[in-house]
Amino acid sequence: MASEHIQPAETFSPIFGRLTLDWIPIHEPILIGTFAGVALGGLLVFALMTYFRLWVPFWKNWVTTVDHKKIGIMYMVLAFIMMVRGFADALMMRGQQAMAAGGSEGWLPPHHYDQVFTAHGVIMIFFVAMAFITGFMNYVMPLQIGARDVAFPFLNNFSLWMTVAGALLVNISLFVGEFARVGWLAFPPLSGANYSTGPGMDYYLWALQIAGVGTTLSGINMIATIVKMRAPGMKLMDMPIFTWTALITNVLIVAAFPVLTATLAMLTLDRYMDFRFFTNDYGGNAMMYVNLIWIWGHPEVYILIIPCFGIISEIVSTFSRKPIFGYRTMVWATGCIMVLSFVVWLHHFFTMGSGANVNAFFGITTMIIAVPTGVKIFNWLFTMYKGRVRLEVPMLWTIGFLVTFTIGGMTGVMLAVPPVDFQLHNTLFLIAHFHNVIIGGVVFAVFAASPTGGPSVRLQA
Amino acid sequence: MSSATSPAQQSMVEPLADRPMHHAREAKPHEDAHAHSSPTPVGFWIYLMSDCVIFGALFATYAVLGGNYAGGPAPKDLFEPGFIAVETALLLFSSVTFGLAMLRAGKSDTNGTLMWLAVTALFGAGFIGMEIYEFNHLIHLGAGPDRSAFLSSFFALVGTHGLHVTGGLIWLITLMVQIRMHGLIGPNMQRLGTLSMFWHFLDLVWIGVFSFVYLVRLI
Amino acid sequence: MYRTRNLLLAAAGAFALSGCQYDVLSPAGWVGDQQRDLLIISVLLMLIVILPVLFMSVYFPLKYRADREDTSDYDPEFEHSNKLEAVVWGVPILIIVALGYYTYVYTHRLDPYRPLDHLEAGAPVEIQAVSLDWKWLFIYPEQGIASVNELVVPAGRPINFSLSSSTVMNTLSIPALGGMVYSMAGMETKLHLIADEEGVYPGRSAHYSGPGFAGMVFDTTATSDEEFDAWVEGIRAEAGPLNRETYLALEEPSMNVPVSHYGSVEDGLFGRIVEMCVEDGKVCMGHMMMVDHNGGGGLEGVGNAAAYSYDRARTIDGFGNRIELPPMESHGGGHGSDHEALNGTEAPNALAYVLAMDPNALCSPFGTQTEKETNGI
Repeated sequence: MASEHIQPAETFSPIFGRLTLDWIPIHEPILIGTFAGVALGGLLVFALMTYFRLWVPFWKNWVTTVDHKKIGIMYMVLAFIMMVRGFADALMMRGQQAMAAGGSEGWLPPHHYDQVFTAHGVIMIFFVAMAFITGFMNYVMPLQIGARDVAFPFLNNFSLWMTVAGALLVNISLFVGEFARVGWLAFPPLSGANYSTGPGMDYYLWALQIAGVGTTLSGINMIATIVKMRAPGMKLMDMPIFTWTALITNVLIVAAFPVLTATLAMLTLDRYMDFRFFTNDYGGNAMMYVNLIWIWGHPEVYILIIPCFGIISEIVSTFSRKPIFGYRTMVWATGCIMVLSFVVWLHHFFTMGSGANVNAFFGITTMIIAVPTGVKIFNWLFTMYKGRVRLEVPMLWTIGFLVTFTIGGMTGVMLAVPPVDFQLHNTLFLIAHFHNVIIGGVVFAVFAASPTGGPSVRLQA
Repeated sequence: MSSATSPAQQSMVEPLADRPMHHAREAKPHEDAHAHSSPTPVGFWIYLMSDCVIFGALFATYAVLGGNYAGGPAPKDLFEPGFIAVETALLLFSSVTFGLAMLRAGKSDTNGTLMWLAVTALFGAGFIGMEIYEFNHLIHLGAGPDRSAFLSSFFALVGTHGLHVTGGLIWLITLMVQIRMHGLIGPNMQRLGTLSMFWHFLDLVWIGVFSFVYLVRLI
Repeated sequence: MYRTRNLLLAAAGAFALSGCQYDVLSPAGWVGDQQRDLLIISVLLMLIVILPVLFMSVYFPLKYRADREDTSDYDPEFEHSNKLEAVVWGVPILIIVALGYYTYVYTHRLDPYRPLDHLEAGAPVEIQAVSLDWKWLFIYPEQGIASVNELVVPAGRPINFSLSSSTVMNTLSIPALGGMVYSMAGMETKLHLIADEEGVYPGRSAHYSGPGFAGMVFDTTATSDEEFDAWVEGIRAEAGPLNRETYLALEEPSMNVPVSHYGSVEDGLFGRIVEMCVEDGKVCMGHMMMVDHNGGGGLEGVGNAAAYSYDRARTIDGFGNRIELPPMESHGGGHGSDHEALNGTEAPNALAYVLAMDPNALCSPFGTQTEKETNGI
């Protein structure tokens, strides 16, 4: 026996899958404490909303709204709440790492820690970064093109609640059952039926599947909006740069997210109906999953950062009192990134034994992406050049963005060199790289542009 | 927050493109005409493309795993060319009859449209029935999706297509009821147009399935 | 003055306390050295662009801030310049061309599948590394011994790793010697490293693999040839055998496993591990692929599902304990179909035929390969 703990028996019901009452973690003091806190907070909110008679307005003005601005705000509220959750996970991980040094076991057993780091990744990507950028595109893009709303307002509301449902599932898994213990991309065979028993992995699959379909629908909606609903006379090359980045991001969403949907569906079939896509036996192929998930996963990181490029472009231009330097170059650079993002996925697994030619090809294509990205950074710099830069809060975040993102970009190119990646793969260096680009890129840009901090929303609204 | 007019009562297919809040520059007449057309066909096209990517992923999986029989049965043991040919013919004919329905609808012939739609639904139901029979037969033989990666990828690809056709059938029947109730009004014509795109798209995917999953594996 | 000194002291203290090992930057083998060199080349190349960018990101907003005294250089029309555009596209492209060249050259030179014969560093050592739940098994086919969670290699001789896994993915990472490669069940991957200096270097799995992952660490000891031989002799003299039976016992999930050894190794065991047929009654993967290549097992193969099952017997719960699932239901037979006769009579024979084949036999894409690797004794 590897551990003294035993997990509840592996059962299967048509409605709840692997989940049974035995899975409620009444023996975990950390979870019970958290649950008590959440329950008290929830009760308080419930009581206050009842006292101030807010339920009906809340339902009418927010839950069922089709106003793109309100939906955008709700996306951002969701992102902010989930960021607190993801941040709590990060603190728990760091606490464990600090305490578990020198032979000490730390305060989280592996079973708990593994869920925490999986949840951290899933939440931060799907429900923080994605929700922030979707919220921003919802709010700003229709205003920038002079449309009264998005093309399909009801669908927009539906996409929002799909994303919220996914986020809810992840949070429910805290107190009912468990979450996945597989890392944020859930490589099989570890995430398959035999090596991830229990409902945790099923929570992962359903949460991501629901949120992912919501994102695809929102992507379709926004492309249709930009294509069909621009103000009369606004040609493509007249569009504000943020709208351009929104268009390109949503093209990426529509092209990449269906792959996620298909991949997760196949893993779900593996786990629920004994299909053999990614198993070790019966001719299954786990590498197939790794390829498919990164064919979605690499465009995904550009889906996150490209709207942030748009945000930074608008802020730099506004606060320097100058038009953006090289508008056409910006558009073409973003287009290049869109195309190239589909031919680099293998750089996430140079270490899985592809040949030298394959590795070199994907390494070099990855480096080529650095060129259009570098051009964008230069264009922001030359927008400030000979301008009148107001060093207000959004501009300070932008300078932080430029510095941090540049460093993140450099470490990214280092990782794109296969032999260097052999040493750095899966290490803290890699973790630092993508935190540099996602925090320095997405989070800083969002903070720079958030309604209290930036103009891109206020000016356009 | 902004007190934008709540367009809740507007339906999904009747978007709000007609009155932009401000103009980027002076509108030219032909551009103005553009702005009034509905975004639904474009949006549905984009949806179809995203669906196409899903099928692409499943086709790719079948291409990779399709030869892994795990010592079990291969296509030549399981698929009967005659059966598949009839199944394919049903779906192809249903596309033709849908086209006829569209022609009738173009001539505002409600009854003719409904008749051809019903024929389409019958063909579609026949196709689904044959597919269910085939799946059931395979599982009964023990050649279910759990027997090998080849069978997993086969069931997933063909099953996903079958689910789409089933969805299309439900949509078709709903639309027939709507046409019956309201006639060939504008929104119904648009729905008929999008469903027609969907139906032909599924036909196209099936041609891929037919050639790639059945035909080349049987020769 | 004091402040600066205190700051420096604090920085030095933090540096010392960080507990970092600098294996990547000061490796102890040729592969690691080359990878370090490439890392430094790539950083220096990129700094040509990165440093000016970092400087301008801070300098431009300060120099052109709105409240500067002389705003006569404010030029709101400046939004395009062909010269600048040429520079901002051209310089990064040149750098990427240079870096791409180095990438191509080094990727081929440091391909982990490429043997290190060109170093002319003596006879290579073959090591078959298997990641188990949750420990490393190192088989030395030439010496006929095996060790768990301990890797001893002779310094100055190339090490030819063949990697595989019993269940989930792991990577074999010994940063002091060079980069990592994944180990995956049913597959054999390769890694070639060399230790130039004697010493003890940390190694671990660098791909998360389940509850016992934290314990998948081992020491890599690079010794002189004599000490290596002495170590081998000591193990041969004392430790028990590693055969199919003891391997299956070792393969059971366990965590934080202490170092242990095996004094002899059954012939072709690694081949069977890679082909997932260590247990009796399981069809080797190479044979399965051969049968599939020849058109599959036909309808009569339907009933043989259990002989191809692997993962089910290795099911674990979230704490790393083995879960015993009920035996597989048999499909196909007994449904009253017209194929019942086939299932009843021919199938067991066909299966028995496949099972009786030697896993190292020819015709299997894996078999030929592993034959070369494992029978090189």
